[in-house]
Amino acid sequence: MTALPTRKLEAWRFTDLRQISSTEFGAPPAMAAAPDLPDLPFPRFVFLNGTLNAALSTAFAYAKPFAPVREQGAQPMALINAANAKDGINIEVPDGVDAGEVLLISQASGATPFAFHPRHRVTLGQGAKLTIIEIDKGEGVYWQNALFDIDVAQGATLQHFRLQQESVEAFNITSIRARIAQAAAYEHFTLTLGAKLSRTEIEADLVGETALAHLNAAQLLGGAQHGDFTTIIRHKAPNCPSRQTVKSVLAGKARGVFQGKIEVDQIAQKTDGYQMSQALLLSPDAEMDIKPELQIFADDVKCSHGATIGALDEEQVFYLRSRGIPEADARQILIRAFLEEALEPVTHDASKAIFEDALESWWGKQ
Amino acid sequence: MLEIKNLHARIGDAEILKGVTLTIPDGEIHAIMGPNGAGKSTLSYVLSGRDGYEVTEGEAIYNGQNILEMEPEERAAAGLFLAFQYPVELPGVGNANFLRTALNAIRRSRGEEELDAVAFLKQARAAVKQLAMKEDFLKRNVNVGFSGGEKKRNEMLQMALLKPGLAILDETDSGLDIDALKIVAEGVNALRSEKFSALVITHYQRLLDHIVPDVVHVLANGKIVRSGNADLAKELEASGYVGLEAA
Repeated sequence: MTALPTRKLEAWRFTDLRQISSTEFGAPPAMAAAPDLPDLPFPRFVFLNGTLNAALSTAFAYAKPFAPVREQGAQPMALINAANAKDGINIEVPDGVDAGEVLLISQASGATPFAFHPRHRVTLGQGAKLTIIEIDKGEGVYWQNALFDIDVAQGATLQHFRLQQESVEAFNITSIRARIAQAAAYEHFTLTLGAKLSRTEIEADLVGETALAHLNAAQLLGGAQHGDFTTIIRHKAPNCPSRQTVKSVLAGKARGVFQGKIEVDQIAQKTDGYQMSQALLLSPDAEMDIKPELQIFADDVKCSHGATIGALDEEQVFYLRSRGIPEADARQILIRAFLEEALEPVTHDASKAIFEDALESWWGKQ
Repeated sequence: MLEIKNLHARIGDAEILKGVTLTIPDGEIHAIMGPNGAGKSTLSYVLSGRDGYEVTEGEAIYNGQNILEMEPEERAAAGLFLAFQYPVELPGVGNANFLRTALNAIRRSRGEEELDAVAFLKQARAAVKQLAMKEDFLKRNVNVGFSGGEKKRNEMLQMALLKPGLAILDETDSGLDIDALKIVAEGVNALRSEKFSALVITHYQRLLDHIVPDVVHVLANGKIVRSGNADLAKELEASGYVGLEAA
């Protein structure tokens, strides 16, 4: 088996996987607990401990059987995924079809540590549309090492909204590789609340003119949680916009990481890149590491990036309290306001409601 | 009724209030004037419970309770309202949502039923109209991108909806043109009743042309050095604070 990357690799400088390498993970057990499924009228794929459960899933016209593709890349996580993958979704939406929404649910639970490596493939034909609502939940110690290969053809739009609410003892590494063609769009948002250690890594290649990538995320972490959001956007064609807004709220001894790389090829004139990473530290022991990286080989581009790390503004807290709002509510209002910019692009109502509910339960636990 | 008795307060090592004593009966509007650095804003912050001020002596009894021992939100629930000299911007917080949350928090603590969105909007729209504000005021983020005058009007809007028993206006007139000044004055005058009192802190007499106070106090060097009727404000406008500071 390919070895896990270590912190000696620049891309893994801030995320230490020794907690994973020092744990002995067995094969996933049969899942005993009943899954907690959202009440939404969309076709759904329900994975229990990494295996698609036919009884709990519903038919989706554009689902194909699991068919792992040979791994072409050299990234350790993708290689580990390829060597161990047993299941995953395989969606192909034909040209011109609006396939609506699908739910991708992963539920995990077991008495002893186990690992699973979903290998998903999503392909949208020209002008096609799809919204994937992904929810990852679980209990106990496990490691989900998921991989998505995404291909969005000319003029197609894929929305990918993820709620990562894994067990706080679990590990979640999700690698996403998206190829976005001319006038196509990949709109991504991940809300990270769970896992002891997690990383979402997205590589988005904008290969045709005016292709668009939105890679937004919010993470709210407490205790000793570690959350890493890493992106690489490659502008390989002219006139492509890319947008990233990443918000981290860190309590306790939590540690957040954002690494955002934007590569602009020589051909990619009129690139319009925007990247903003902001962190709110709610405790003196919380830590945020931010690494923006711009590599620009074209001469007529607009690329802006910014990073801020701060605490809640006590003036604002006092203003709200002076109007009768209790302190805990005042802080919650301000944290929610801080997240707004990242959540705003999620215009899909059902997804938005899922995120709002998840945030509600997060406040309750603090 | 608000009774401030021998109030001493400091910021760090600096004693700012050095024994303020003052009583505002229900239904009355009192003005506090005074030179820069007299302790006017400190008095308003100590009364509303802002962090960073240490009360070393004295008390402030409002309707039988020593408010200095209460949290800021409890003071608001008890009927106190501070109109800020520099209203705070809250990016990402919608004005309507903010106002409704505040109003319902206060209603809850008073044992009143919360207002639903429809009932609230009805009240809020009426108040917006009364204050000659634009409809989109409620949709914007709290004070974000507001002009100085709009921020002060937003303070008056909050006051109109929260209906306090005692309002403290901390130099609400600073930076206002005459039209905005009149709106602030109308906001206060509209609440005038036997159950409402106000403490109007101001540097200039001109606000008091529009909000006619029952009593004018002069605060200098951390103490009330003179009190009188509305004519005192006019006298100060003519003669300045020189001479009073030594008192």
